[in-house]
Amino acid sequence: MSERLDVRKTYKLLVGGAFPRSESGRSYEVLDAKGRFLANAAQASRKDVRDAVVAARSAQRAWWSLTPYNRGQVLYRLAEMAEARAGELAEQVGRAEGTRAAEARAAVGRSIDRLVWYAGWCDKVAQVLGGQNPVAGPYFNFSVPVPSGVVGVLADQASSLEAFVDAVAAPLATGNAVVALASEARPIPAALIGEMSATSDLVPGALNVLTGRTGEVAPVLASHEDVDGLDLAGVDDGFAGELAALASETVTRVLRGADPQDRGLKRLRAFVETSTVWHTIGQ
Amino acid sequence: MEERPASTLSALEYDPAPESAAVARLRERYGLFIGGAFVEAADGATFETLNPATEEPLARVAQAGEADVAVAVAAARRAYDKVWGKTTGAQRSKYLFRIARLIQERSRELAVLESLDNGKPIRESRDLDVPLAAAYFFYYAGWADKLEHAGFGPDPRPLGVAGQIIPWNFPLLMAAWKLAPALAAGNTCVLKPAETTPLSALVLAEILQQAELPDGVVNVVTGDGSTGAALVASPVDKIAFTGSTEVGKVIQRRLAGRTTRLTLELGGKGANIVFDDAPIDEVVEGIVDGIFFNQGHVCCAGSRLLVQESAAEEVLHRLRRRVDQLRVGDPLDKNTDVGAINSAAQLEKIRELTAWGEREGATRYTSPCALPERGYWFAPTVFTDVAQTHRIAREEVFGPVLSVLTFRTPEEAVAKANNTTYGLACGVWSEKGSRTLWVAERLRAGVVWANTYNRFDPASPFGGVRESGFGREGGRHGLEAYLDV
Amino acid sequence: MSPAPLRLVVDDERAVRPRPGASVPVVESEAQLRSLLRGLAGVDAVGAEARAAKLATRSLKRETKRAAIDLALSMVDLTTLEGADTPGRVASLCAKARRPDPEEPDTPAVAAVCVYPDLVATARAHLAGSDVRVASVATAFPSGRASRAVKLLDVADAVAAGADEVDMVIDRGAFLSGRLGEVFDEVVAVREACGPAHLKVILEVGELVTYDNVRRASWLAMLAGADFIKTSTGKVAVNATLPTTLVMLEAARDFAESTGRLVGVKAAGGIRTTKEALRYLVVVNETAGSAWLDPALFRFGASSLVNDLLLQRRKQRSGAYARPDRISVD
Repeated sequence: MSERLDVRKTYKLLVGGAFPRSESGRSYEVLDAKGRFLANAAQASRKDVRDAVVAARSAQRAWWSLTPYNRGQVLYRLAEMAEARAGELAEQVGRAEGTRAAEARAAVGRSIDRLVWYAGWCDKVAQVLGGQNPVAGPYFNFSVPVPSGVVGVLADQASSLEAFVDAVAAPLATGNAVVALASEARPIPAALIGEMSATSDLVPGALNVLTGRTGEVAPVLASHEDVDGLDLAGVDDGFAGELAALASETVTRVLRGADPQDRGLKRLRAFVETSTVWHTIGQ
Repeated sequence: MEERPASTLSALEYDPAPESAAVARLRERYGLFIGGAFVEAADGATFETLNPATEEPLARVAQAGEADVAVAVAAARRAYDKVWGKTTGAQRSKYLFRIARLIQERSRELAVLESLDNGKPIRESRDLDVPLAAAYFFYYAGWADKLEHAGFGPDPRPLGVAGQIIPWNFPLLMAAWKLAPALAAGNTCVLKPAETTPLSALVLAEILQQAELPDGVVNVVTGDGSTGAALVASPVDKIAFTGSTEVGKVIQRRLAGRTTRLTLELGGKGANIVFDDAPIDEVVEGIVDGIFFNQGHVCCAGSRLLVQESAAEEVLHRLRRRVDQLRVGDPLDKNTDVGAINSAAQLEKIRELTAWGEREGATRYTSPCALPERGYWFAPTVFTDVAQTHRIAREEVFGPVLSVLTFRTPEEAVAKANNTTYGLACGVWSEKGSRTLWVAERLRAGVVWANTYNRFDPASPFGGVRESGFGREGGRHGLEAYLDV
Repeated sequence: MSPAPLRLVVDDERAVRPRPGASVPVVESEAQLRSLLRGLAGVDAVGAEARAAKLATRSLKRETKRAAIDLALSMVDLTTLEGADTPGRVASLCAKARRPDPEEPDTPAVAAVCVYPDLVATARAHLAGSDVRVASVATAFPSGRASRAVKLLDVADAVAAGADEVDMVIDRGAFLSGRLGEVFDEVVAVREACGPAHLKVILEVGELVTYDNVRRASWLAMLAGADFIKTSTGKVAVNATLPTTLVMLEAARDFAESTGRLVGVKAAGGIRTTKEALRYLVVVNETAGSAWLDPALFRFGASSLVNDLLLQRRKQRSGAYARPDRISVD
């Protein structure tokens, strides 16, 4: 009796809720921590970035127009999906990062808990970051945090799941749409999160996950005029400077150096804008 | 029958009511303020600052070069390490309260000086710039010893030395917007005023001396763009810039890859949206406040009027009547509504863009007001028949020039308002609360004024989205720009 | 003697120009009136008050100030409306009205003397031969709480005694409860009863409370035939204010533009100083325009204001502050 041959998965991009191979048709080999072949990942091109940003821009309006309660439920749903597939995630994190099973499981647990943490923020962040301002005059004046818009995330290269989840969940929680480039060498856990997001009632396009060469994709994302915010977690200092310079052309907000285990609000504050409304008060 | 004297007037033509220029106590020369003392530039360079209403020189001011900026930054660093970093919040708070009081005490002098150097009407410098400058110090004075309650964690730390570059449109007020939160948060500062309006910041430096603020905590380096560039290039922990989007982008690029924090408050092309159910008389005032306040030299000016087609004729009829009433002239006259354009260069830019407006087919209406012969002047101007594609609808004119566009539905109003790369401020005028909130929620702007325009308050965060910059000034939010959080 | 005709002054670039074909609409039903008044643009209280406050910072100097003081004097309805009024008191007020400052003979006379109906004849007698008009409050002033018949008799009485002008009060209760037709009909009836006398309609803005009400009541009164709209009786807690007067002037301006008819505005109650009076004139100048800078179209209902105007007038002429005792106490 022959042993059953397993069915392998082709890991694809997530763009606008669909799973295309790269429009360029290219792929690249993903190896495990010991250098053994794991899979062929789609290698995103300039045009994939373009498509992802267009999808994100359009999805952002729909995502932000949901009630905060609803957004929280969607992110919680994503956590549920991740929990159900925690084994698969742990296996891929272990292979990618070369960590022992227990350690990988712990990382997955922390990632899912982080999602839950952010899910709960959706309908609280406005109260914490906003409020009424006591101006000296007959005006009702309040500030609300509103999303910057489309956020490009160059995900951390080492922490394939935990840092990725932190980097994408925070801007999603505040109503942004995200175009994330996964860790170049360890893209599979991020691709799995992308797959799960597609079954979490997330607005298609609110989260887009690209895999590919950071050196190729990052400048396209950083210089894209319709990207409002840029998280430079996954690039070294020299490259970060180049990308930040590209981002300056359209006054893109740049985040550099946020700790995925930090319980502070740095990430939540990074891609929100304070919008302040004045209205006269009178009879 | 008794003779009844003729006592009616055809109109109240107000006689001049000038504030005395002597109140400004102008001096012939002003030095840099470094390490608590007024000093000349190392190379002795100076430049002249003019009264834009007369084109006459007001004073000579030291031009800080790279060496002076380096000395100022070093003084600020020393003050941070040795003194200010160790000063308790409560102490810092009391210094700021002192400064606020001193500004109030010298308010008349500051107002006149500001109008002389900037060209803005004395009514505005007296009733807005100077009182608000004091108010910002009062407001942030109270924060200095309460930072742990500001929502940025239990122990928010200052950044260190902040380089602050401010524009010429509200010279003293912008200095207050920058210095007050920075000092409250525990930073030391190197302030770079605009080339055409250096004087009020130097009088503010005198006030800091009178307040006995420790030496080096605030340094003022006057000069042109090269001084600002030197400050950006120097080893500071923070740059806060208010000015044009063009320069803001350059600064952001220069700081790319550095750990220096940055906040930017840049240009705008604010839409003032008027629905047909709006309170029409207040709308007209709001449009006027929105674009003619401070000669339109306001980054958040309501320079695009978006008026619902069904109300356009009525609004424009009233607006035109009101524009004709604006009194343009001597900034020191208490009855002046619109003062002088700040500089020859700015006047040239306004002329160029308005010429484009005509070239591209918009209809120009200019107030028939008489303009003084000398000085830089531009009569209040309204363009109708403006299309979204016209330069005057897209570019910041930064002058008393309004572009009028129309819309039919709230959806269209929002789409047109957001059809810009800027996002600083917008106005919404309607008597219908639900519609106002619907629109406000959809406008991409850092500030939305509903049934009012151009209101400022130290408790209210101000700042832009998109290419109008990032970071907030004012309110609890304004502290974030100067804390390591 | 018939009162001097109201002048229609349109002699300035900024003056109000009626729109082509402008006419006063005929009000045929309460429903029509209601929809007309509700169709008026609202007033944003904060904006209106800010506008008034800004205008109050205007600084009148030298010639402008001198001319404005004289103009203000000529716009005063010198008023006494006390239960303790006597013919003697009215006589001395009339003397003051004709020659407010006998030592300064070029001082203009005031516009009118305003009294209760039973003292109209006295005032008429003491003002004979002058241009100072006699105004009388009527319609159960100040509350207006009497039957229509009584109000009309009150008016007829005043007119018969020689009143050139009648100051009526509207029924605020009816207005506030939405019985607009009733208020309108009453103004029309009083207008008729006035005959040749000019009708000033007191809105009692302190009881209408909101600026929207003030604007609507202004239009109602103008549509019903008022020659003047007047802020207040002077008998309630809140009388004329600068922003209220601003809103009424806007109404008068807009009414003139859309109907071609110029209606005057009278600010009454609480205006005591020259400084305040000049602020009102600035608001008149920059809101309704120069046409209203005329006693035919703007009045102050006041008593003590005159003395301060006279003191300031002397100060302007001599440069020295005048001693209050130089001015007669009334």
